[in-house]
Amino acid sequence: MKLEFLMQLVVNGLILGTLYGVVAMCFTLIYKASQIVNFAQGEFLLIGAWVCWWILTSFPVPFYAGFLLTLAFMMVFGILLQVLVLRPMIGEPVIAVIMVTIGLSIFFQAMMKWLFGVFVQPFPPIFESSAVSVMGLNVQPIYLLSVAISICIMVAFALFFKYSRLGLAMRATAFDQQVAQSLGISVKQMFALSWAISAMVSALAGVVVGIVNGVSAALSFFGIKVFPAVILGGLDSIIGAVVGGLIIGLLENLAEYVDGQWLHLGNLYQVVPFYVLVVILMVRPYGLFGTAKIERV
Amino acid sequence: MALSLVPCGQFKTTYASDTTLFATPLSRNLVIAGVILLALVPLKIGGLAPVSDYVIALLIQIGYLGIAALGLNILVGFTGQISLGHSAFFGFGAFASAWLGNTFGIPVFFTIPLAGILTTAVGMIVGIPAARIKGLYLAIATLASQFILQDFFARAVWFTGGSSGSIAEPFSLFGLTLAGDRQYFYVVLAYVVIMYLFASNMLRTRDGRALVAVRDHYLSAEVIGINLTKYRILSFGISSFYAGVGGALFAHYLQYVSIEGFDILLSIQFLAMIIIGGLGSVMGSLLGTIFMVLLPEVMEALIGALQSTSWGNVPAVTDGLAYLKEAAIGLAIVLFLIFEPDGLAHRWRLIKVYWKLYPFSF
Repeated sequence: MKLEFLMQLVVNGLILGTLYGVVAMCFTLIYKASQIVNFAQGEFLLIGAWVCWWILTSFPVPFYAGFLLTLAFMMVFGILLQVLVLRPMIGEPVIAVIMVTIGLSIFFQAMMKWLFGVFVQPFPPIFESSAVSVMGLNVQPIYLLSVAISICIMVAFALFFKYSRLGLAMRATAFDQQVAQSLGISVKQMFALSWAISAMVSALAGVVVGIVNGVSAALSFFGIKVFPAVILGGLDSIIGAVVGGLIIGLLENLAEYVDGQWLHLGNLYQVVPFYVLVVILMVRPYGLFGTAKIERV
Repeated sequence: MALSLVPCGQFKTTYASDTTLFATPLSRNLVIAGVILLALVPLKIGGLAPVSDYVIALLIQIGYLGIAALGLNILVGFTGQISLGHSAFFGFGAFASAWLGNTFGIPVFFTIPLAGILTTAVGMIVGIPAARIKGLYLAIATLASQFILQDFFARAVWFTGGSSGSIAEPFSLFGLTLAGDRQYFYVVLAYVVIMYLFASNMLRTRDGRALVAVRDHYLSAEVIGINLTKYRILSFGISSFYAGVGGALFAHYLQYVSIEGFDILLSIQFLAMIIIGGLGSVMGSLLGTIFMVLLPEVMEALIGALQSTSWGNVPAVTDGLAYLKEAAIGLAIVLFLIFEPDGLAHRWRLIKVYWKLYPFSF
């Protein structure tokens, strides 16, 4: 019984971890391209989920159409955000850029509460929600789908950056903006593109979580939980973001197991990632895969 | 020069005149007059109170938040370290003061500075990562400490009273208990004056200038013999001392401390205060606090005024006022950073420069 419970938690951890990984990847994408730490990442999930929910409940459209509309909206939203708010901040000190994204996060969170209320709203049913059994463990089909989608996104990211012209241009921009510019790459467009992709993929993650747990303001907490994941993986490494996400997802569930079996402290799983975060920052601030900046402080 | 006018240009010949707190006797007298005027505010004349209780409550709020904001400004504005966990220190100060009074029976007069010292210790421990990391990594580390301290508040029932919160004794002096906001106002006013004077003077000393040097160029600072680790952690300590004292004043004002409310939103509000007021400006911290305290009030007044007009009374606006206030905080941060990154203190300087030479613009 105990072992089964543990296995269930491990599977949950892996599923949650892939979602963290996807969000962390979006976060890293923005950081790599434009050196901006996006504290409003969680709000991208929130906005995406609410918009999708609103389209599906207000208009008689099938899920796929509503979902594509959401992605289109998020693309425009991401580009507008970059052009209107983040572009004037280029060249400002780190704290100013951090504060702008924090300001945005508060603003969007409050606006979403204002527009859609504070209560959890369930998504209209899309799949038959009876749990399927995988190796004797109960798993919601949407979770399996979310893992499949997440892996697809990760593969797509890898292929995009390795082979497509735009992906190469983005990597060049991330490597050195001046050199990229001298090669005829529009750095401004690359920044806008990275925000657009990040917003779209985050919205996708938001919709997946929304389908499982219902849409509510709690979604934006993903944006905070993503910090342990990206720091663990290394801020500027996309592989690191995925690995970090998986580890943090597993860790959370294992902490819950340890807590439930022996410690009985309650709510341990919510703080454990932050203790890990502090330890990583003290020991290895550039994470597992990040670029080590050699600097004596 | 005993003139009350500032000469048009830099004619300072000594370091003392360069670092003086008040450029002219007039500016010093104005500040003293302002404090005396504030001291007159709670007085009742013949049973009539010229200033309403509500205004007094707002002034007290500006006082204790202003002290904590100044602490954050010393850390962020003067030392260049980012902290996203200031409200946890503010909360720690509040609980520490209540705990010291309830457990050891220490009079409130002493618990407030003692709470500040306890918070200093916590702040220095949290500040240890600052010895190794800076910039956005430090921001994320302090974010983690915010959640860890919040979790500590919920767990440490012996310290905070858990979910039921803890009671803080009212302020008393020589066996005389201060009753009501009007008397407590003087306590807050005294602390604001002392803390602001202390900060202004500290920034003129060797230690204060060392902090600014660490902010401006940490390598140069190290080369000229400033111990970076010491000053980074010291800065965390001073900042959390201010937060602790502010929190203690808050605890004894409400006389009840609940574990809710010391969340990340309050930390961000503190940051908003100093950004709107002006990073690296002592008076700016106070200006920013006034702005942030009055912003929700002004919004409420605006919507109240709208309701009496013909096109007011939109239920979406009146019902969602709490969220609109929250959104306004975020919007204020973003707009200030884009259009006025130096804050209100800078705007105030521009106004002074304009009027100094009025009506001749050169």
